[in-house]
Amino acid sequence: MKRLAGIPASRGICIGPVFQFIRQELVVTDCKVDDPQKEIERLNAAIGAAKEQISKIYEKALTEASQADAEIFQAHLMILEDPEMLSEVRKKIESRKCSAESAMKETAQAFSDMMAAMKDEYFAARATDILDVGNRVLRVLMGVAESPTANLKTPSVIVADDLTPSDTVLLDKSLVIGFCTARGSATSHTAILARGLGIPAVAGVGESILNSCNASQIILDGTNGEAILDPDQAMVKDYEQRIQTARTIREASVKHAHEPAVTIDGRHLEVVSNIGNVEGARSSIENGAEGVGLLRTEFLYLERSSLPTEEEQYQAYKAILDVFGNLPVILRTLDVGGDKEIPYMGLAAESNSFLGQRALRLCLVRPDIFKPQLRAALRAGVGRNLKIMFPMVATASEVRAARKVMDECIAELRKENIPFAENIEIGIMVEIPSAALVADQLAKEVDFFSIGTNDLSQYTMAADRTNPKVADLSNAFFPAVLRLIRDVISAAHKEGKWVGMCGELAGEPLAAPILLGLGLDEFSMNPPMVPVVKQILRNLNAQEMQALAEQALQLESPQEIQQLVKDKVPFIAELV
Amino acid sequence: MKETTVTVNNKVGLHARPASLFVQAAAKYSSNIQVSCQDPDTKELREANAKSILGVLTLGVFQGMSIKIQADGADEEQAVETLAELVKNNFGED
Repeated sequence: MKRLAGIPASRGICIGPVFQFIRQELVVTDCKVDDPQKEIERLNAAIGAAKEQISKIYEKALTEASQADAEIFQAHLMILEDPEMLSEVRKKIESRKCSAESAMKETAQAFSDMMAAMKDEYFAARATDILDVGNRVLRVLMGVAESPTANLKTPSVIVADDLTPSDTVLLDKSLVIGFCTARGSATSHTAILARGLGIPAVAGVGESILNSCNASQIILDGTNGEAILDPDQAMVKDYEQRIQTARTIREASVKHAHEPAVTIDGRHLEVVSNIGNVEGARSSIENGAEGVGLLRTEFLYLERSSLPTEEEQYQAYKAILDVFGNLPVILRTLDVGGDKEIPYMGLAAESNSFLGQRALRLCLVRPDIFKPQLRAALRAGVGRNLKIMFPMVATASEVRAARKVMDECIAELRKENIPFAENIEIGIMVEIPSAALVADQLAKEVDFFSIGTNDLSQYTMAADRTNPKVADLSNAFFPAVLRLIRDVISAAHKEGKWVGMCGELAGEPLAAPILLGLGLDEFSMNPPMVPVVKQILRNLNAQEMQALAEQALQLESPQEIQQLVKDKVPFIAELV
Repeated sequence: MKETTVTVNNKVGLHARPASLFVQAAAKYSSNIQVSCQDPDTKELREANAKSILGVLTLGVFQGMSIKIQADGADEEQAVETLAELVKNNFGED
């Protein structure tokens, strides 16, 4: 038995045989040829065949994978048609009288090195693409099979150094139960693919895994980032038990999806969904969401050439509200800024749009945008349980300014004799640290809070969550963020107001015990997570979780906090 | 020979999809087409074959930089005009 620690790249556990993904090594010797012209003809034929292969993979990727994945192969085709690279290969064959193989290999390597030297993530990916394309031509020239997985016949764990998009497109996904790679990270292609397929993956376990034999047994724990080679009987039994537990919870969650989430000690938590269109509304109902904690309205504004009219918005909101009947729906007013390309709004480019005039800040200076939206929402709320929430609030005066605009809209509608919803609850997103710090003041101005943990994390940690170099820091499990969440909840409760959460943290199984312990009233997440979080909450004791939360807030890192939750509430660790 | 200088204003510069569009457009002409720019730091002149995706990418043209497009051949006028238009229209991004 051998335990290998790696990076958790995709959640879940599996047990099965190893399938070593070995690219046949392409050994190219630098031999002289008599007839360079014949080599050039061989090269041309091989390039033609390689192009055909790539076109086929492109078609397959379009139907099976994403548009973005498919575009990689379009890029491959362009590389294969690159006149600079091709003339370089031909020149080498003619001047050195070397084989097509060695000219191709050297040239691809040289161009790839040139890209890699640019020291930029985008160019690094192109460097890999060039080698990938070069090797494809080499395989044709040398008569080597296109994919090493031709022999994969039984469900297996794919073990590899790292996998490229070309490798995985040709893989028969129904025979893959997990991925274990020697290199790679949680953001590498293999990890993303595994998460899409919903199977476990562990990355970066080190090169020793490549020496494991085909068909030997392996346990992959993608949740904790561990691979166990040739496990003993006790270990297998232990993991089978864990897989069974996870399955039981998942099945129970589906079975009880439409029942409320009541903790062991009798606390009812509202579990609702984040949606951005009518399809999301339907999926919410199917998954047992008790309403909507976040209705994003940006969908109405994107990919068009003029502002949506009040009537258009009214119809769209009404269609969504109709799906929910009397269930609560929280509509968030427009949340855009300079990072979104909405040409007709004439938004000025800002050097840092996340800290710029976005969301409510923009709406307050643009009544032409703000008022039609508020009027449409107020009208659509008639006979429904609609609440309105403002994003990106930093100060109490902003809330008062927003309320004033809303009062103006109400007065107008009344004057125009147009029916609208009276006494709508008003809330704000708490996503700026300043709002969290003066939550006691803000609580006096509103009916509820909804904590946006994605932005709250990146603003608190001063780490752009779209920048892979610092994305690790933009993590809501840092105690700094959790402590702000604690303070926001207690400040609101002191004023008798309720607090929800619509950031990713609310749908994170490992966060549920902490959030319950901190006193969160409403959990809002993507619809598929609703049944799972409900089932987790049903198995927890709110009173006991208070102590767990207090303990968690004393730790220093997300890893320590997550480990604490896994130790104290072991069943959650098994959830996928 | 025909030439013109244009400023690249789209977000990603001459990379990713815009670079592909540029090279695909250049490939439609029989003329030899060169594209060049000045390194913003070293002021060194860099040049590439406009029909080569790898060449165009390694020029490293980012938003705000100027490029010179030079064409030599039967359809040089049309080639320069089309490529310059493509850049001016931000590669149809907006």
